[in-house]
Amino acid sequence: MHHFLDFERPIAELEGKIEELRHLSADSGLNIAEEVGRLELRANALLLRTYARLTPWQKVMVARHPERPHCVDYIAGLITDFVPLAGDRAFAEDAAIVGGIGRFRGRSVMVIGTEKGADTEARLKRNFGMARPEGYRKARRLMRLAERFGLPLLTFVDTAGAYPGIDAEARGQSEAIARAIETCLDLRVPLVAAIIGEGGSGGAIALAAGNAVLMLEHAIYSVISPEGCASILWRDGAHAQDAAEALRLTAQELLRLGVIDRVVSEPLGGAHRAPGEAIARLGDALDDALRPLLASDGDSLRRQRRDKFLAMGTPPPPQ
Amino acid sequence: MPNWLSNVVLPKIRAVVRRKEVPDNLWKKCPGCEQMLFHRELAANLEVCRNCGYHFRIGGEARFRHLFDDGRFERIELPKVAADPLRFRDRKRYTDRLKEAQAGLGSSGDAVALAEGRIGGQEAIVAAFEFEFMGGSMGTAVGEALIAAARRAVAHQAALIVAPSSGGARMQEGILSLMQLPRSILAADLVKEAGLPYIVLLTDPTTGGVSASLAMVGDIAIAEPGAVIGFAGARVIEETIREKLPEGFQRAEYLYEHGLVDMVVPRGQLAATLGRILSLLRDRERPHPALPVPEPL
Repeated sequence: MHHFLDFERPIAELEGKIEELRHLSADSGLNIAEEVGRLELRANALLLRTYARLTPWQKVMVARHPERPHCVDYIAGLITDFVPLAGDRAFAEDAAIVGGIGRFRGRSVMVIGTEKGADTEARLKRNFGMARPEGYRKARRLMRLAERFGLPLLTFVDTAGAYPGIDAEARGQSEAIARAIETCLDLRVPLVAAIIGEGGSGGAIALAAGNAVLMLEHAIYSVISPEGCASILWRDGAHAQDAAEALRLTAQELLRLGVIDRVVSEPLGGAHRAPGEAIARLGDALDDALRPLLASDGDSLRRQRRDKFLAMGTPPPPQ
Repeated sequence: MPNWLSNVVLPKIRAVVRRKEVPDNLWKKCPGCEQMLFHRELAANLEVCRNCGYHFRIGGEARFRHLFDDGRFERIELPKVAADPLRFRDRKRYTDRLKEAQAGLGSSGDAVALAEGRIGGQEAIVAAFEFEFMGGSMGTAVGEALIAAARRAVAHQAALIVAPSSGGARMQEGILSLMQLPRSILAADLVKEAGLPYIVLLTDPTTGGVSASLAMVGDIAIAEPGAVIGFAGARVIEETIREKLPEGFQRAEYLYEHGLVDMVVPRGQLAATLGRILSLLRDRERPHPALPVPEPL
């Protein structure tokens, strides 16, 4: 049984009816099959309509959908011969950040991503995808390793943000994030980043200052969560929907602002409805983004990335 | 005698009344020790409480006056940027907030001010955050200003000193404010690659996106006593872990103990400390070429 979001209720009702009829159809006539077909068409049309015009707040819900494919799913689907690597060599291993070497469409790559976890046990182990300084320091170590062997770097971003905790602060959360960004910007290998779910602030940009930044159609990417923004600017968390509108955190808005390079379309009804297809589509988009970069030398890659971020001072006029 | 009454008594009465009306402007209560401090005395002591050493926040102008040799410096105008790129509106329009902040500052500036001059005889550019301007928050204007300051430092072979006093990224610019993290780090890198010192002077507060970028990549990091420096806000941390925070958490002295800053220096000694550091880093007797430093794996 699917996990339905609030705004999907009409779709859920239709699909529930279809299920019921299917059970009936075992012991009754042909008209039911016809009815099922009719209802399925209606359900699909409704899904199409709903997902074509999701509000920013609805996208926030979709981006956080518990059944949405996570970083480890993309790695399992796209990377062969994956060898996970662990630890920052200074303090600890942080399971909120996954990293390792593997093969993407035949060539060796380094992969780094934030992982939220799919069930309670995994979520606890991964700290809900909120990394501590050792996580960003591990990421940095792996970036340098990739550079040493000329491996392109692919990153998958899905995090509410860096972990806000006493231990994280004591070990220099700010410094760890700042250095991860600095290292992204310095690399002499291609860096293609994909925002696959939630791109939460500093914890996201730490892995996403890339030559190309892709974003799934219903992913979000923001300087602060809509809830956090609402509680500060509206002094009331209940205004999260207004904040989601104001922040322009959707892939479509970010493409217009020139912050990301490409929106990768999701299967009908969102990545969680057809994870396999979503993973394959992102795979194709990553390949498209990576291919032209492979022809450049290290210095050009570094320069292109730096120039791209330096040029972000002049966003297009508001619409 | 009416003359005596109007010339002597009335002014005295008026003075008493007036003092009652405006004591806030003349006297400041120290948040550190609760003593009442006279404004002129406080200004003469660089806005530091003589009694307990509490450091009040100061803006760009005061910062420049006490850091540059003989208080002599030239302001650098901020580059122009498009205001309100997202047409952001919360309870108020962002454009109105900007106007109010600019009125408060008495200029068309933003949350950072730039100036150049000499510190300990060494050429330096200082970027000082203006906390009064929307909490010193970093948006496109601040990012552009830092990049301009860095480019100027390279052109003039000057050191770049950045003094954050900021709650973090400017939410009203959404993702564009997050993009100032990599951009401000690039500004620091421009200076470093040219073999010039990039020094951060962490003042109260240095938090959020500003701490997770330009503030933490300094060649040398100096903090003012008692300054709050950290990534997450204290309230957010308390809500997440449901625990009271330890005494002195995220203060300059705490960061020093945890190896995150080189030194904690009282405001009165900052100029001399910076001057000494700059002259040691830039040894004119033994000029050396700027070589890229390979980073260990």
